[in-house]
Amino acid sequence: MFPRILPVGDTALVVEFGERIDPEIHRQVLALAYALEREPFPGLRETVPTYRSLLVYYDPRQLLWDEARRQISGALEQCADIPLPEPKELEIPVAYGGEFGPDIGFVAAHNGLSEADVVRLHAGGTYTVYMLGFAPGFVYLGGLAEALATPRLPTPRPSVPAGSVGIAGLQTGIYGLSTPGGWQLIGRTPMPMLDLQRQPPTPLGPGDRVRFIPISAQEFAAWQRSDGAGSP
Amino acid sequence: MALEVLDGGWLTTVQDLGRPGYERYGIPLSGAMDFLALRVANCLVGNPPGAAGLEITLAGPTLAATEPCLVAVTGADLAFQVDGREMPMWMSVFVRRGSVISFGGRRRGCRAYLAVAGGIEVPPVLGSRSTYLPGRFGGLDGRALRPGDRLPIGPVSGHLPERAGRKPPPHLIPAWDDCPTVRAVPGPQDDHFPPEGLETFFGSEYRVLPISDRMGYRLEGPPVASRRAEVISDGVPPGAVQVPPDGQPLVMMADHQTTGGYPKIAVVIMADLPRLAQCVPGESRVRFRAVSVTEAQYAYREMMGALEQWERTRAE
Repeated sequence: MFPRILPVGDTALVVEFGERIDPEIHRQVLALAYALEREPFPGLRETVPTYRSLLVYYDPRQLLWDEARRQISGALEQCADIPLPEPKELEIPVAYGGEFGPDIGFVAAHNGLSEADVVRLHAGGTYTVYMLGFAPGFVYLGGLAEALATPRLPTPRPSVPAGSVGIAGLQTGIYGLSTPGGWQLIGRTPMPMLDLQRQPPTPLGPGDRVRFIPISAQEFAAWQRSDGAGSP
Repeated sequence: MALEVLDGGWLTTVQDLGRPGYERYGIPLSGAMDFLALRVANCLVGNPPGAAGLEITLAGPTLAATEPCLVAVTGADLAFQVDGREMPMWMSVFVRRGSVISFGGRRRGCRAYLAVAGGIEVPPVLGSRSTYLPGRFGGLDGRALRPGDRLPIGPVSGHLPERAGRKPPPHLIPAWDDCPTVRAVPGPQDDHFPPEGLETFFGSEYRVLPISDRMGYRLEGPPVASRRAEVISDGVPPGAVQVPPDGQPLVMMADHQTTGGYPKIAVVIMADLPRLAQCVPGESRVRFRAVSVTEAQYAYREMMGALEQWERTRAE
């Protein structure tokens, strides 16, 4: 059944590798994205890796759906055992709790933990970037400790500050921009997750690894003074 | 050389053909909702297809020309005027120094496009001048025009008055319908819907709700039955029709979120997205007709072929 290739309108197709959030399924998504990046077929526009599928945009003036599907089938055969480039590892400073993480008390209570436990467990994990999406620079991370799983807010906040670190179910993530949002906020990073002057515009990409380093409110302020000047 | 903004209108933004290549970072394409109308306007004033112009929504701005300029207005009919006198749309028009461009009121459609020879030269962000309002970047400081703004215009060569009066061939001027039927390719998650869900979607008329915007069109009509409320979030292109648990379809537009977790019943074809973009929130009704991918791709080739053939003859 998987992988399967489905049309997504007339300018894209999707390759589905499964119906679960799973590191091995995600590895296959990245492998195809990497194979297409190394050897793009004529008419390939861009790819969007997500948890368990790859969205592939192509130019229907250069190739029709049947040919696009053939190109993808070929790339799938090539990339079965492709070694992926070493993932980037990034340490992200986070000020936990207080004004930076207004929901840390709820996350602690929901899981029968203290706030210090939440910080210890969250900062003790190593996470994989599954995807960036929904809004610019929003990072979806896999690898949250089950002891921290917490449902979303019943009503989303109209505005969540950029850099906020949140929990939704078994996922944790970082808001790249100030947007509305329903994740439980436990902290905030002063590191810009979106820099429109840079190429690529985000410090993290799908497949990268993340660790969180707890910092104090003073360190957060110092970070912002030294690093925040160039951000939008 | 600049256009001075005396009044911003209801929602006027700088747009070009968008910001491709960044969806994997969560950054949508953006760009003109009716990309055909912008391209025709650009060609009429001698600009390249991707030059930045103004996307004017429902009620137009008032602009003063600090220098003589050549403009063209296409798309929705908002009663384009120069110095209070109505001027033809879909035609290049010479505007004298000090003249004022304004709009008398909406007659038809939702979005008009104003191109000016030389293009609007705000600084590009990630290769595009398109305004992305939710992210507050691109265009003029990431926001809509307001009084006091100055829109910088790029350099132009040649004698502008001579270039007035250009028109496109009639087949590039769309015939609009307030209740259009737009074509859509079923899927990619059509198997998440029972046959009656697909029948409802492709057999009913939907009202475009007032809260519809550049991010998405919210529709209201007979609820579409689905088997599953959510899928694991994956990539969502412009035109994708998501069906949330309440069964009321949501069509992704230019500033769409790049990923989403509702099942996608169909994707509106590129050739018909401009017509959907001209549907008026709170007023228009829309129907969907299922077509095959191949039919959609031939429609796109035909549309772009006709446009580019004309663009090439104008460039010579």
